[in-house]
Amino acid sequence: MSLDLTTSSRSRTSRITEFLIEKGLLVFASISIFTLGAVFVFLLTQAYPFFAQVSTLDFLTGTQWAPAAGFFGVLPLLVGTLLTSAVAALIAIPIGIGCTIYLAEVAHPTIKRYLKPVIELLAGIPSIVFGLFAMLVLSHFVQAVFNTGTTLNGMVGAIALSIMMIPIMVSISEDAMNSVPGSLREASLALGATKWETIKGVVIPASLSGIVAAIILSFGRAIGETMTVLMATGSARQLTTNIFNPMETMTSAIALDIQEVARTEIHYNALFAVGLLLFILTFVINLAAEVILKKFREAYE
Amino acid sequence: MNRKEKEELYFMAFRGCAWLVVGILAILIGFILIGGIGKLSLDFLTQAPKIDTRGSMTQGGIFPAIVGTVYLMLVVLAFAVPIGVLGAVYLVEYQGKSRFAKFVWIIVHNLAGVPSIVYGLLGLGLLVAYLQLDLGILVAGVTLGLLVLPVVIVTTREALIAVPSTVREASLAVGATKWQTVRHHVIPYAMPGILTGTILSLSRAAGETAPILALGATALAPGLPSLFGPYMALPYHIYIMSSQSTNSALTAPIQYASAIVLLAIVIGMNLFAIYLRKKYRDKYRW
Repeated sequence: MSLDLTTSSRSRTSRITEFLIEKGLLVFASISIFTLGAVFVFLLTQAYPFFAQVSTLDFLTGTQWAPAAGFFGVLPLLVGTLLTSAVAALIAIPIGIGCTIYLAEVAHPTIKRYLKPVIELLAGIPSIVFGLFAMLVLSHFVQAVFNTGTTLNGMVGAIALSIMMIPIMVSISEDAMNSVPGSLREASLALGATKWETIKGVVIPASLSGIVAAIILSFGRAIGETMTVLMATGSARQLTTNIFNPMETMTSAIALDIQEVARTEIHYNALFAVGLLLFILTFVINLAAEVILKKFREAYE
Repeated sequence: MNRKEKEELYFMAFRGCAWLVVGILAILIGFILIGGIGKLSLDFLTQAPKIDTRGSMTQGGIFPAIVGTVYLMLVVLAFAVPIGVLGAVYLVEYQGKSRFAKFVWIIVHNLAGVPSIVYGLLGLGLLVAYLQLDLGILVAGVTLGLLVLPVVIVTTREALIAVPSTVREASLAVGATKWQTVRHHVIPYAMPGILTGTILSLSRAAGETAPILALGATALAPGLPSLFGPYMALPYHIYIMSSQSTNSALTAPIQYASAIVLLAIVIGMNLFAIYLRKKYRDKYRW
């Protein structure tokens, strides 16, 4: 008599249960794929009526965003977005990298234990609070220092954005620095290099791709940030390259207009067109960071 | 200047960067506390806003906004957490390093970077225009759920991966099925990490403003919110008080006080998550 476990009734029910559970879990995993598909498909279908009426070229190169008057040029919004994010990055990069080096390589473990949660807390603060702070506090400071014409302008938004970028930058680039093997540092120190020379000559080059990915990712966040720029930049729909002028970003234009516009108007579809552009922009940025991050992970695994 | 002095100088600059960040956080919280603490009272927390004779909402409290924010978090908890956790369990435990899993992880990482206002458009396009749902807590909550889904999935994955494979092998070796192994051994060990991710994603949903701008949040809805219909929420209340204000001397304290309440909720949850992670990291050493 042979013992055949696979055909016993208990084993069969359990095989069926296992199969059902596995397929059930697959459904949940598929929802996340479906979501990304849905974001893209719905942006496309809702933006389509707009592109059927306004040429893509006019949309991308038009210098006026005045939907009520029939002007749907996204350029002022695109420039506003890129300008505030770029200035924010210029402020955040040196501070963020300096902070990371201190945290990863220099700080005493006790200081690190308290400093890290503080930076994590900064990352957890809602953007509306940064917006409020920018509007009521930072704006007066910026006006006093730079003697700007208006209290709300691109610079106020950029500084607020830079504060929001720092925690993202620090956490990702600290990860990269921590994954540099200790043996590399020890080799450098054994050759007589100082700690700073080791950081500059070994740790930073070895974690450079992680640092670059951190910068790119935080830039992507700045581009997609809405409330801070909505409250801080003055929401002026003009094409300007002067950071001290009031300006408007793509995100704040969507946020401002979406509340007032009816679903039957072309203006509604135009907002989805702006959303589509924003989506493509951040998607490309994130994908680039992903590719770079993957490279550095593979290097030390 | 010798090499050692140079090092000193650089390290001083780095320390300065770190303290600058701490200083910014201190200034931010300091200004909000000073600006709003005088307005904070039991009445402010438990009453609905009242419209005074000049039509501004400077009287009364923010109770409906607090309740609205809590309701939004509950919808996210009911919707996004099961989907995210179970989806991650499938991908890690059943798919491992398969091509399908790799493809989904790329998607999940990119979902995490999609601007929140685009999720607002998605909620409007998918749930309102396509499924014909009425604007309200449900639509906003599901949209916020989709927004935090990547956070839930990624943190669950990290928690699952941290469970050593010896735990799985031991369970399978004594004859447990795959699901029994996952259910009785892997998930319990990963639970603290999953919980941390859940708390962080709920706090993220509580603070999001941009998506709910388009999804039925309103300046004044004195009664308690229903699933379908206008509702108040803390972040939107802060926004609307600042954008509609004609007298900032009157409205600023309300904005600051509402911000204190929102920060208390969000920072409280974050601190709890940090505490949980610390506690269990010391407890489980593999």
